[in-house]
Amino acid sequence: MGKHVLLVEDELNIIEAIRFLLSREGWEVDTHSNGTDAAQVIRERKPDLVVLDVMLPGKSGFDILEELRSHEQTADLPVLMLTARGQSRDREMAEKAGVSRFMTKPFSNTEVLTAVRDLLYVHGQRT
Amino acid sequence: MASLNALIAVCLAYVFLLFCVAFLAERAGMKGQMGWLLRSPLVYTLSLSIYCTGWTFYGAVGYAARSGLEYVTIYLGPSLVIVGWWWVLRRLVRIGRSHKVTSIADLISSRYGKSNALAIVVTIMAVIGVTPYIALQLQSVTSSLAIFAAADDGTFSQSTDASAAGFWIAVGLALFTVLFGTRNLNVNERHHGVVIAVAVEAVVKLIALMAVGAFVVWGIAGGVSDTLERIDASALGTWQIDGSRWAGLTFLSAAAFLCLPRMFQVMVVENDDERHLQIASWAFPLYLMLMSLFVVPIAVIGLDLLPAGSNPDFFVLSLPLSQGREGLATLSFLGGFSSATSMVIVATLALSTMVSNHVVMPIFLYLRQGGATQSGDVRNVVLLSRRLSILGIIGLGYVYYQASGGSSALAAIGLISFAGVAQFLPAMLGGIFWRGATRVGALVGLGVGFSLWVFTMLLPSFGPGVVLSVDTFQNGFLGIGWLRPQALFGIPGIDPTVHAVFWSLLLNAASFACVSLVTFPHPLERLQGAQFVNVFQHSAQTRGWQVSVAESEDLMIMTQRILGAREAQLLFQREATMQGRRGYLPEPTPDFLQRLERELAGSVGAATAHAMIGQIVGGTSVSVQDLLAVADESAQMLEYSSQLEAKSRELSQTAAQLRQANDKLTRLSHQKDAFLSQISHELRTPMTSIRAFSEIMRDTEGLEDREKAKYANIIHVEAIRLTRLLDDLLDLSVLENGQVTLNVQSGELSDLLDRAVATAQASESREIEVQREALRENVQLHTDLDRLGQVFINLITNAQKYCRAEKPVLRIEVSQLGKAVAVDFIDNGFGVPHASRDVMFEKFSRVGAEDGKGAGLGLAICREIMTRLGGDVTYLDGTGGTGFRVLLPQSQALAAQ
Amino acid sequence: MAKPGTPLFLERDGYRRRRMMDAIRLLVILGAGLWMIPLLWPTQGVADGQAVPTSKALLYVFGVWWALIAISAYLARRLGRIPAQTDDTGAL
Repeated sequence: MGKHVLLVEDELNIIEAIRFLLSREGWEVDTHSNGTDAAQVIRERKPDLVVLDVMLPGKSGFDILEELRSHEQTADLPVLMLTARGQSRDREMAEKAGVSRFMTKPFSNTEVLTAVRDLLYVHGQRT
Repeated sequence: MASLNALIAVCLAYVFLLFCVAFLAERAGMKGQMGWLLRSPLVYTLSLSIYCTGWTFYGAVGYAARSGLEYVTIYLGPSLVIVGWWWVLRRLVRIGRSHKVTSIADLISSRYGKSNALAIVVTIMAVIGVTPYIALQLQSVTSSLAIFAAADDGTFSQSTDASAAGFWIAVGLALFTVLFGTRNLNVNERHHGVVIAVAVEAVVKLIALMAVGAFVVWGIAGGVSDTLERIDASALGTWQIDGSRWAGLTFLSAAAFLCLPRMFQVMVVENDDERHLQIASWAFPLYLMLMSLFVVPIAVIGLDLLPAGSNPDFFVLSLPLSQGREGLATLSFLGGFSSATSMVIVATLALSTMVSNHVVMPIFLYLRQGGATQSGDVRNVVLLSRRLSILGIIGLGYVYYQASGGSSALAAIGLISFAGVAQFLPAMLGGIFWRGATRVGALVGLGVGFSLWVFTMLLPSFGPGVVLSVDTFQNGFLGIGWLRPQALFGIPGIDPTVHAVFWSLLLNAASFACVSLVTFPHPLERLQGAQFVNVFQHSAQTRGWQVSVAESEDLMIMTQRILGAREAQLLFQREATMQGRRGYLPEPTPDFLQRLERELAGSVGAATAHAMIGQIVGGTSVSVQDLLAVADESAQMLEYSSQLEAKSRELSQTAAQLRQANDKLTRLSHQKDAFLSQISHELRTPMTSIRAFSEIMRDTEGLEDREKAKYANIIHVEAIRLTRLLDDLLDLSVLENGQVTLNVQSGELSDLLDRAVATAQASESREIEVQREALRENVQLHTDLDRLGQVFINLITNAQKYCRAEKPVLRIEVSQLGKAVAVDFIDNGFGVPHASRDVMFEKFSRVGAEDGKGAGLGLAICREIMTRLGGDVTYLDGTGGTGFRVLLPQSQALAAQ
Repeated sequence: MAKPGTPLFLERDGYRRRRMMDAIRLLVILGAGLWMIPLLWPTQGVADGQAVPTSKALLYVFGVWWALIAISAYLARRLGRIPAQTDDTGAL
């Protein structure tokens, strides 16, 4: 069986699109759409990769990322961040928080697939 | 034998000469000529010689014949005072000049806060003290006439002729004083006529006495050494002076020299130049020395040659007569006559100034409450009151002379008078040297000193049993042992004169000092005290008049009445020129008022001038505020610091406003950033879905039709979402730029609300219960109903979206507010935080950071619409939830019929 | 107290004038002292035969007088114009 990817996103149509893309590549896609308990959910489900939206209800993606990085279990977890706010400040904030890869919406499907593949590969190499 | 008539003729001629000299001097003075003479230190020195009266001219010899050298103490005191001019006289003259002091009463009153009470007390004391002295002068003249008459043929009757002579002399003196003493009012112009006449008389009396002395020493005794031998051989041959009298009388004469009103008049008031004191400091002692040089020889020779029982007081006359030297005797008579008349003239002048300024004028002003400008010509009133005072004082002297009937009591009057006026000394010296001296202290001191003087000196002088009973003399006043008039406190054996002077002045000074120590002076007193004591530090001094109400014209009118029209105009014009103004009227600045007050003070006295200006300027008393203004540096500091305070308050207000504005801008800027993020997010999110699914549909092979349809639908919905967002943005932009065209229709408010509620509930998934009052909604509207509906929908949708209550309820309330209709939308949510209220209507503003799905344009659009419609939408405070009020102006909301 | 900003010391001329003023101030004390000396003389009743004769007394009193007049005239002339600052409040 493929790798386990957790998608944290609140926009139903985007969830639908990404799930479709990743499933077709053979990954197991799990979703969560609330920011407040996202970090906890990630630790429980132990995914191999997290796709994280920035603007989430309850808690912003940056906060969730920081929380993940500060936790031993998830400190090395590959995180692909997606944002609709295309400002460079957001990229800086994300990198500071320790993001693995940062992408701006709207994205091309191939880019997402490549990014996920790369991240999973690198992660697999390291572990 | 020289006939009495010839003597009278010479005398009249001499008087005529004096009148002429005075008249010429007065005229020269008016024209400003002969200044070298009129304002010379010589004249000043000679005018001081009125200290030597008829009493000293004749009486010194009598005094010497009785008590040897003791007479000289009367001259030693003044000599010391003038030699020590640097200490007291210089100060007095400076104060007198810089404050335009008119008399010693004026000086004391002025020093103690321009107290009129004090001025009156001093005036009355001076009149009581000096009137007997004037009587003494009249007596000396009539007595000397009697001596001549006796030598002539004895037809001169002491009782009738003498009193007639006394009367005419009094009349003549009054006439002279009125003529030359009240020609003008301003002390600046001085009494040149009087001063010159006095100077001439000073020369005459010196020459007369020197001539008699020279005749006695070289004509009779045969030279200086012979004279000295005869002196040693006589009854006066050895030093037999009572030490206490020697010291006491020297002190008394020094005090009297300073305090006698006539001395003050010539020394301070008539002083033209401080530097005259420098000359007088040696010239006047020289004069006094010469006046007393031949006294002892004349006395000794007189005692030798004249028959026993002849009056030694008139040796100066009788000795030449007995030797058949009638010319010399006539000269001597003129000397005595000069001494007496000059004293009477100046003393009367000084006293009349005091009486007029401090008694008559205040009463006049009090009776004419209307003020100096409304009453008649004050100048004439002042002159008249002064002339009447002169007549009154000379009349008083004459009456006293008549009443005392030329009794021997008069002989002691000189010293008694000295002791009386010496009571001014503590108040005067204390006033010019000690800032702590107070008005009350001066009053008490003067009162104590004067009472003691009356009790221990004046009353006893009439002899036991006349005023004070013999019993009082022996057992004390009311039988109290320590109140014996010549042995106070049970200490007998002191010389009566020394006793009186010592106790009265000691207790005067002590009570003055003690009361001054425990009382607190008025502001004006403190001000004047500082100015008097520190006269050399600031001769140009300050004392503020508050000028706001002062009318230059009123001041001008008043000044004209006192100084005369010409002088007043000149004064005002000069002042106006100094202020750089055209015309006659200067601004009534405090400086000007002060100078004016001084000018007027020269005519009517400081207290009266102050009162007169006070009546016009308003506020006759100096308040603490005045004092502050006077200490202008501190006032300016105060003003400056309060200005600074105000400025800094202003600045901090401005800063606060700026901070607020800055805060708002910062918030707006943050909102704009947030908006840009939001708009980006709002645009990118639908585009992400569209792109993702369109790529899926393009790239994925073998998609089922069902899937294709589903994805196409997603793309469609997201495209519509994008369109709506763009519509909103465009709408706002159009509204903001005022390019909107209103589509005005008529309709019912209730219908509009029905539709709005329906639309909102259809478009938003969250449920909310809407409560309405159908009856109140019965309002006819005439406006752009679509736009208004848009506002309503927006507000209802907002409530649906953001009301966080468990069971959301929205109340729509319609109410009539004056002529406007208010539609309130109130939900049961948590309200809007304070910080957000002032920016919530700004575009891009979103309440709360991440909750909303909207782009923050709704409320901004609502406000823009309402502004276009002539109404308003505001946040409604205090509703318990979130409330908005839509205000429709009357023109658009017509109440239903 | 000297006001701040004024010099503490004077040049020689000014210094002399100040001392002239002091002399004028002191002269009156000298005169009073000299004229009160007769208080120390024996009087007739106390010491018969030693009493001071009136002629001597006259010469003494008038001598002092002359001296005072002369010194006063000298000082007045030396002082000349009275300076504005006459007290020792300023420089010395």
